[in-house]
Amino acid sequence: MRLIFEKSISGKRGVRFPERDVPSACNIPDGLKRKNYAELPEVSELDTVRHFTQLSQHNMGVDTNFYPLGSCTMKYNPKICEEAVLYKGLADLHPLIPQLPDGNKLTQGALQVLYETSQFLSEITGMAEFTMQPLAGAHGELTGTMMIAAYHASRGQKRKKVIIPDSAHGTNPASAAIAGYEVVSVPSNAEGVIDLDEFKKALDKETAAVMLTCPNTLGLFNTQIKKIADKTHEAGGLMYYDGANLNAILGKIRPGDIGFDIVHVNLHKTFGTPHGGGGPGAGPVGVKKNLVEFLPISRVVKKTDGTYALEYNYPSSIGYIAPFYGNFGVILKAYIYILLLGQKGLTRVAENSVLNANYIMKKLEPYYHLPYMRTCMHEFVISAVKQKKNGVRAVDIAKRLMDFGFHAPTVYFPLIVEEAIMIEPTETESKQTLDKFIDIMIKIAKEADENPKITKTAPHNLGISRLDEVKAAREPKLRWTK
Amino acid sequence: MFPDELKYTKTHEWAKMEENTDVVIVGITDHAVKQLGDIAFLELPEAGNKIKKDSPFGAIESIKAVFDLTSPVTGEVIETNQQITDNLELLNTDPYEQGWMIKIKIENKNEFESLMNASVYEGFLNEKGEEH
Amino acid sequence: MPYISNTDEERAKMLAELGLNSIEKLFKDIPPELMSSSFNLPKGKSELEVRRFIKELASKNITDLICFLGGGFYDHFVPAAVGAITSRSEFYTAYTPYQAEVSQGTLQSIYEYQSVISSLTGMDVTNASLYDGGTAICEAIMMAVRITRKKKIIVDEAVNPIYRKMLHSYAANLNFESIDVPVGKDGRADRKTIESELDNNTACIVLQNPNFFGCIDDVSDLADLAHTSGSLIILSTYPVSLGILKSPGEMNVDIATGEGQSLGLGLCFGGPYLGLMATRSKYIRQMPGRIVGETADKNGKRGFVLTLQTREQHIRREKATSNICSNEALCALSALVYLTLVGKHGLRELAELCNVKACYARKRFLEIPEIKQKFDSPIFNEFTLELPANAEDVISKLVHKGIMAGFPLGRYYKNMKNCILVALSEKRTKKEIDFFAESLGEIL
Repeated sequence: MRLIFEKSISGKRGVRFPERDVPSACNIPDGLKRKNYAELPEVSELDTVRHFTQLSQHNMGVDTNFYPLGSCTMKYNPKICEEAVLYKGLADLHPLIPQLPDGNKLTQGALQVLYETSQFLSEITGMAEFTMQPLAGAHGELTGTMMIAAYHASRGQKRKKVIIPDSAHGTNPASAAIAGYEVVSVPSNAEGVIDLDEFKKALDKETAAVMLTCPNTLGLFNTQIKKIADKTHEAGGLMYYDGANLNAILGKIRPGDIGFDIVHVNLHKTFGTPHGGGGPGAGPVGVKKNLVEFLPISRVVKKTDGTYALEYNYPSSIGYIAPFYGNFGVILKAYIYILLLGQKGLTRVAENSVLNANYIMKKLEPYYHLPYMRTCMHEFVISAVKQKKNGVRAVDIAKRLMDFGFHAPTVYFPLIVEEAIMIEPTETESKQTLDKFIDIMIKIAKEADENPKITKTAPHNLGISRLDEVKAAREPKLRWTK
Repeated sequence: MFPDELKYTKTHEWAKMEENTDVVIVGITDHAVKQLGDIAFLELPEAGNKIKKDSPFGAIESIKAVFDLTSPVTGEVIETNQQITDNLELLNTDPYEQGWMIKIKIENKNEFESLMNASVYEGFLNEKGEEH
Repeated sequence: MPYISNTDEERAKMLAELGLNSIEKLFKDIPPELMSSSFNLPKGKSELEVRRFIKELASKNITDLICFLGGGFYDHFVPAAVGAITSRSEFYTAYTPYQAEVSQGTLQSIYEYQSVISSLTGMDVTNASLYDGGTAICEAIMMAVRITRKKKIIVDEAVNPIYRKMLHSYAANLNFESIDVPVGKDGRADRKTIESELDNNTACIVLQNPNFFGCIDDVSDLADLAHTSGSLIILSTYPVSLGILKSPGEMNVDIATGEGQSLGLGLCFGGPYLGLMATRSKYIRQMPGRIVGETADKNGKRGFVLTLQTREQHIRREKATSNICSNEALCALSALVYLTLVGKHGLRELAELCNVKACYARKRFLEIPEIKQKFDSPIFNEFTLELPANAEDVISKLVHKGIMAGFPLGRYYKNMKNCILVALSEKRTKKEIDFFAESLGEIL
C-alpha cells in the first residue's frame, strides 16, 4: 500500500480549528521558531479514514482470526471494556487533579477503580498488596527487581546475583541486568523444568532472587516449586513470579501460597485487555507483607470513612517509577473484566485454557515431535524437527498457517527447544475453531512430507510474500523522506 | 578444507601472523559464517583499543542472533577492515582474505603459536559433530 | 459464560479425547498442598449491571470544570476520526507484529509514525514508542550512559518535577547518578551552574522545552557546550509546540524525548500515554524499543518488518539495550492519525492558536494589580504567575466557581508557594478566559 505521505496533496486539510476569538497576536520571537514546517501529510478526513481503514485490513487480530501466539494469551477482549474507557469522567480525567488541594475528592471513582483492582489482584495471586503503577510487564519486572534491591539493602546486604532458568522470557534477564544484577542462567532438565541440582549449585549467599515463570514457557508446571522456594528463602533470597502465564492457574494456584514473594501480572494477557498491536499493556506488581514498605509511591488507600486517597509518605519506598497511577485505561478494562467474570468465571478461564491446549496437543502428537510428553497447562511447545528433515522449518509452518487464515504460533521460543512452535489457544476459542486449526496443522505436516516446496515458500495467499528481513537490517530504512 | 597457513580458535576465529612483524590478522572461519546464516551487522573495535586473549573484541549479528567475536591473542588493535562492515557479503565470498576483520599488534608470540592448526581445528569440529 | 464458548457437552467430548472424565484431572500434576488457599472474589455480573456501575463510578470524578490545568498533560481537542480508526479491532486486538506478512497494517502505521515524529523533532530516527514521556527520559539517560560510558547526569530543575522524581528513583537503583541544577532567574536553565557541573564524567544534560514553567528555552548553546566535553543532550519536548518552535534537531540535540498524550490521546487519569524517542542515526544501535524498517518481499513488493531486533531483550537477553517489550503501539497510531488529520499547516495553526490564547490569558491576569509574572522569558501555551496568596487556596476557591485553575508549583518547588502554572489549549474560549480572570480578580 502507498504511504500516507505519497497520498499527500498540498493544501488539503483533515481538520479545522475554531477561528481566533482573542485579540492577542502570536508573540514567539522568530529566533525561537523552526525554519521549516514538519513534513506532515496533507490529506482530507476521508483520505485519512480510508488510508487507515485499508491498513487495518492488512492485519490479523483476535477479532478476525484465531491467534494462538504462545506466551501472549491472545484471548477475546470484551467490548464493554472498550466502551467504558470512553465514558466522561474517565477518558477526560486529568491525572494532576488528585495532587490539587482536596483533589482526592474530585477523583473518588477513579481511585476506587485503582484500589479495588489492586485488592482483587492481591486475592487472586495471594499477595499482601499491589502497586498498579508499572506500565507493562517488563516495567513490572524492573519495579520488582528494584524492590528486591531495596529489601536486601534494608538488611545491610548487597547481593549480586539473580537466578533465571534458561527457558525464561528475555525480559527477565534484561530487567535484572538493568537493575544491576548479574544474571545466572540455570538449565532446564529432561522434564522441561529448572534442573534442581544445577539450581542448588547456583544458589548461594549472593543470590538476591530467583525469577520464575510458573507454569513455565514450555507450558509445564514445576511440581518442585515449593522446594525451590524453600531453598531460596533459606539462602536469604526472594522469589519473583513472572505472571505472564497466570492464565493457566487462576483460582487453582496462587503464587503467594507456593512461596513467591513478588509477582507481576500482565493485565493485557490474563485479564483480557487488548494488546493494541504491541501495547499499551500494564504490569501491576504485588508483594508479600515484608516487602510492602518498598512499594513505589504514590499508593492508593481506603480511609476509615470509606473514601479513597493517594498517600506519599513512605520513607522506605523505592520512589516514583511512573508519572502517575499506572496505565489507568488498561487497569479499568481489567477491573471490568474481573467484575464480569467473578470468582467462578476466572476459575473457568484457567480450566478451559488448559483443556483447549491439551486437546490440541493430543491431536497433533502423531504428526509433530513433542519434546516433553506431559500434561501441559495453558500452552505447549512442539518441535518441527521431523519436518526439518525435508527442509521445512518452524518458520515455514508458521507462514503456511497464514495461508489458511490463522495467525502463527510463537516460533523459536523458548530457545531451549530446537525449531520450537509454541501454541496457546486460550479459553475463549471454541472446539470448532480448534478442530479447524488441528486439521490445518495436520495438512501442513503432510504437505511438508509430500510437497515441502509449498510450505517453504509460504505464504501464498496474502498479497504479500515472505519479507526480506536481512535486507531490512543491512540497509536500515526507518522513515519516509521527501 | 581450512587454509593450512592459518591458526584457529574453538570459537571459530582464524589468525595469521604477518610476515616479519608482530602483527596478527584475525577473521572468522567459513564454518562460522555458514552457522550464522545471513549476516546483518558487524561491530568491530576502533584502532587503538587494547584487547585480551579470549575476551570479546566485537560482535557479529544475524537477524535473530548475536555472537561475540573472541580475540585469539592479547594486544592493541592497529587497523580494522572498513571494507567488510560496508560489504558483509565478503564474509561469505572470501572469509580468509578480503574478509579479515582486525589487525592486532601482539605482545606475546606464544599466544599465537599455541592456537590450533588447520587439522586440529577440523578434528575439533568433527568431534563436536558439526558439519563443515 | 459469554466469554467461554464451549458447552459442557463439547468439553466432555474433548476430555474424552484425552482419556479423562473431569477437568480437575488436567491439574493432577499439582500437589494438593499447593492448591489455592483462598479465592474470595465477587460473583460475576452481567454486562448491563457492570455498565451501570462503571457509569456511576465515572460520575464520581469531576471533569466538568473549565480546564486550565496542564503541567505536561493537556486538554486538547481530539477529532472523532482518531477514535474511529483506533477502535478498529484489526489494530487493537493484534499483538506485536512479529509475523510481518499478517501485520502490515500495524507495521506500516508504525513506519509512518516514525516518519512523522522524526520530521517533527528534526531528528534522524524514531523508535516505535516507549511507555510515556517520563520513562522515555529514563531510557534516554541509560542510552547516553551506554554511548558515553560515563555516569553523571545533569538535570535542569525546569524538567517536569514528576519526571525528575522518577529519575531519582531510577538513579538510586540503576547505574547512574543525577544532579539537579536550580533554574535561572529568567525561568530558563542556569547556564553558568550547568557549565560548572559539566565535566568529563558527564554522560548527558537533561532539559525540557518548553520547560515546566512554560518558558521557551533554546538549548542550542548547551548542546554545543555538552559536545565539547563528550556529553550528550537529552531534550524532553511537547510535540504540539513543535508546530512552531525550533526543533530538537535544529538545536543539535542528541536524543529527543516527549510525552505524546497531546497528540490525540485522552487525559485518562495518567495513561495509557505515549513515550516519544528520536535520535541521530549514529546512535540507532543503542536505541531501546521496537523499530520498523522498510524492505521488500520475494517479488520486490514493498513491505515493512521489525528490524535491528538484535538490540532487544528477546534476543540479547541480559545484554539488551533495554528490557522493554510491550510499547504503546495503539497510542502511537492515535498520534499518527491525529497528526495526519491536523496536517502540515494545521499543526502550525494549532500551535499559534495555543500561543495566542495563552498570551491573551496572561495579559488578562496581569491586569490584576496583585498578580505578577514570575519569569519574563517567552512562553508557548503555559505560564507561571505569582499570586499575592497561597496558590493552593486560590485553586480551591476557583474549583467552587467551576474552574480548574492550574497547578500549584509549591507542591514541587519550595519557594514557589504562591505560584500557579496555567495552561491554555485551543479548546479554551475567550469567554472562559475572561470568566477565569474575573473570578480570580474577585477572589484576590
